[in-house]
Amino acid sequence: MSNYSSKDPLIIAGREFRSRLWVGTGKYKNFEETRLAIEASGADVVTVAVRRVNITDKNSENLLDYIDPKKYTILPNTAGCYTVEDAVRYSRLARAAGVSDLVKLEVIGDERTLFPDTAGLIEAAKILIAEGFIVLPYTNDDPIVAQKLMDIGCPAVMPLAAPIGSGLGIRNPYNLKIIMETVKVPIIVDAGVGTASDAALAMEYGADAVLMNTAIAGAKDPIMMATAMRYAVDAGRLAFKAGRIPRKLYATASSPIEGML
Amino acid sequence: MKIIVNGEEHTYHAPLTVTTLLQALNLRTEQVAVEVNLKILDRSNFPTWILQEGDTVEILSFIGGGSPQPRPSRGSTRNE
Repeated sequence: MSNYSSKDPLIIAGREFRSRLWVGTGKYKNFEETRLAIEASGADVVTVAVRRVNITDKNSENLLDYIDPKKYTILPNTAGCYTVEDAVRYSRLARAAGVSDLVKLEVIGDERTLFPDTAGLIEAAKILIAEGFIVLPYTNDDPIVAQKLMDIGCPAVMPLAAPIGSGLGIRNPYNLKIIMETVKVPIIVDAGVGTASDAALAMEYGADAVLMNTAIAGAKDPIMMATAMRYAVDAGRLAFKAGRIPRKLYATASSPIEGML
Repeated sequence: MKIIVNGEEHTYHAPLTVTTLLQALNLRTEQVAVEVNLKILDRSNFPTWILQEGDTVEILSFIGGGSPQPRPSRGSTRNE
């Protein structure tokens, strides 16, 4: 085994991604901290939101002045959309503002939990796929919905680990494992990660990638946490590929008995 | 000529193309999406699209975001 990361790319809809850690760009102190954290994370996919520009401050800077779209894959999301109509509209605006057909589709069902409205999600995904979008849906840890999203043509599915920004870690590892077994497109665990071990665990379960924002941006030292997450995702991926030993109730000696006095 | 830009009324001299409007606002064409009366414009049409009196223009761009945030109108005060 040598340089694993360059030989273990993540492939989605024919696009090759080097890093299995994807990061959001929200909640940072400023654009410079955003830039440094993303750099430390090693991510090559970064998510962004689409919003009205500030036209009153003509000197306001643009996020893309700090995150070079030539260096990073910009993945616009439909964060804050609570209806199919809004999610479709924002996806179209994102495509017009950007350079690609990629969209991280979110149709939020409830303000308090920010859980996805999975019925609306499937409906919006169908519309967008018909329009040529590459739809990466943010969904619940529901294996049936994940399956449906794959069936309608989503080239990856993004189930949550826990509510967005909650830092609770993986709340339903068994559902996630079922999704990873049954859904034959890449699974990106999105939202709910709190610290490095959560990310490592997701990868050990067999996730193809992990997407996070708050766990990094909200840490006391976001740049250090971005580095920790980078190692965690790599470590979890390697452990998954290496194949862990089975759990046993009793000890198995690792030193030979032969040769003892 | 009065038009609504991002929810606010602004007065400009006619004729006004989308490109001219973006220049006046110091915005870079390649960083924005423009919607006129709910129709999303193709970037290649910015130089030729002439805005009309009363048009509603939305100019959007990418901002920091990763996870969806609560709607600012109602969600921001909850649990804080």
